[in-house]
Amino acid sequence: MDDSYYKSKDLKKFGDITEFQEKLGNKFFEYYEEVFEEGALTKREKALIALAVAHTVQCPYCIDAYTTESLENGASEEQMMEAVHVSAAIRGGSSLVHGVQMMNKVKGLSM
Amino acid sequence: MKSLQAEAHSLSDPVTQLEIINSHNEKIRSLSKFEDKLKEIDLFPLKPTGVEIFQMNVGYMCNMTCKHCHVDAGPDRTEIMAKETFQYCLDALKNTDINTVDLTGGAPEMNPHFRWFVGEVSKLGKHMIVRSNLTILTTNKFSDLPEFFKEHGVEVTCSLPFYSKSRTDRQRGKGTYDKSITALKRLNELGYGKEDTGLLLNLVYNPVGAFLPGDQEEIKQEFKKELSRTHGIEFNDLYTITNLPISRFLNFLLMSGNLEEYMEKLIEAFNPAAATGVMCRNTISVGWDGRLFDCDFNQMLEMEIHEDSVQHIREFDLESLNNRQILVNQHCFGCTAGAGSSCGGATT
Repeated sequence: MDDSYYKSKDLKKFGDITEFQEKLGNKFFEYYEEVFEEGALTKREKALIALAVAHTVQCPYCIDAYTTESLENGASEEQMMEAVHVSAAIRGGSSLVHGVQMMNKVKGLSM
Repeated sequence: MKSLQAEAHSLSDPVTQLEIINSHNEKIRSLSKFEDKLKEIDLFPLKPTGVEIFQMNVGYMCNMTCKHCHVDAGPDRTEIMAKETFQYCLDALKNTDINTVDLTGGAPEMNPHFRWFVGEVSKLGKHMIVRSNLTILTTNKFSDLPEFFKEHGVEVTCSLPFYSKSRTDRQRGKGTYDKSITALKRLNELGYGKEDTGLLLNLVYNPVGAFLPGDQEEIKQEFKKELSRTHGIEFNDLYTITNLPISRFLNFLLMSGNLEEYMEKLIEAFNPAAATGVMCRNTISVGWDGRLFDCDFNQMLEMEIHEDSVQHIREFDLESLNNRQILVNQHCFGCTAGAGSSCGGATT
């Protein structure tokens, strides 16, 4: 039994999810592919958004894939780290903004 | 940093390089062969579409020793094209309608016959491209070359792997970025890279690591925006070039443990349209010693042109070259991945 949940070579097997549910899998990949085509946002911008989200959801496969994707699409190291900071700011901010809820409760209970 | 050759490194031997990209280990041996991929799309044997570009490697000497260099060029390399060989090239050019002459190296400017030859080609009315590393233009001996280029209407195609200092210097050596910016500004001052001057200044982007280049147009726009914003620099075009798994880049792939994944990536990205448009179909590569090759990469791997064709520039025969069989090997996957790669950038 392998003692690791994550194996980097499994990233290449992502497409295999269609093996157990072909129709939904194919629909997902068709959509996925279209999402990352150049549109109102460039491929580089989309790769950087994906990189930030990958850090938010802490998916090692996504971090691997979108680090490469960002590099290939011409993103600089600074841009990539700023994207990660955006992720961190939103994560941190989402905790902190709930501090208002805590404060409301404190004030409601306190004399 | 010394060249692999000066270090007597095993990878300075083309036979070793070909062995590695064909049979380094079980994984590499299991990968698809380039020849078979061409057969699948009915493109084997690969034949020219007609020589349009006359590329000359005028020597492996260079003032730089970049980490990815497929030539293994550097200050310690002494292979330099002799005047006699230049003359053979001129004789060949005089008798054909090939209109584009592409000079590369090493640093082609360091060849002592460089200025004379550019002048002679200019008299023939041919279009001349010089592949410059930019930093050479900031050295005392060569600082007047931008004016010389302008005088002869030379198209300057130069290496700038990225618009940021850190990434550029990691690949090409500390201080490269600042010198490159100085040279680009000088070229801009003379009208190079400006609209409507006819003085073409193009940049060559290549990935600083084991990944492929993305969309050429998008990267060009990003370079334009960043170089303009940070330095006020303008240029005409940008060519994305994929690093081929040979020489120093192959060394990097081996040392960093990226060889298998990189080869796999190139092969997975094989694009039949890019294979149809590979540069060896419209280019001939002349080595510093006059030997002929299908491209500069084959030249570095000592894969001499097919034996049924003329072998040396002194025997130049366009019909023979146009009917030759182009030699291929596993490194060719670098030119057929994604949007394709050539000395003129993406091919699709």
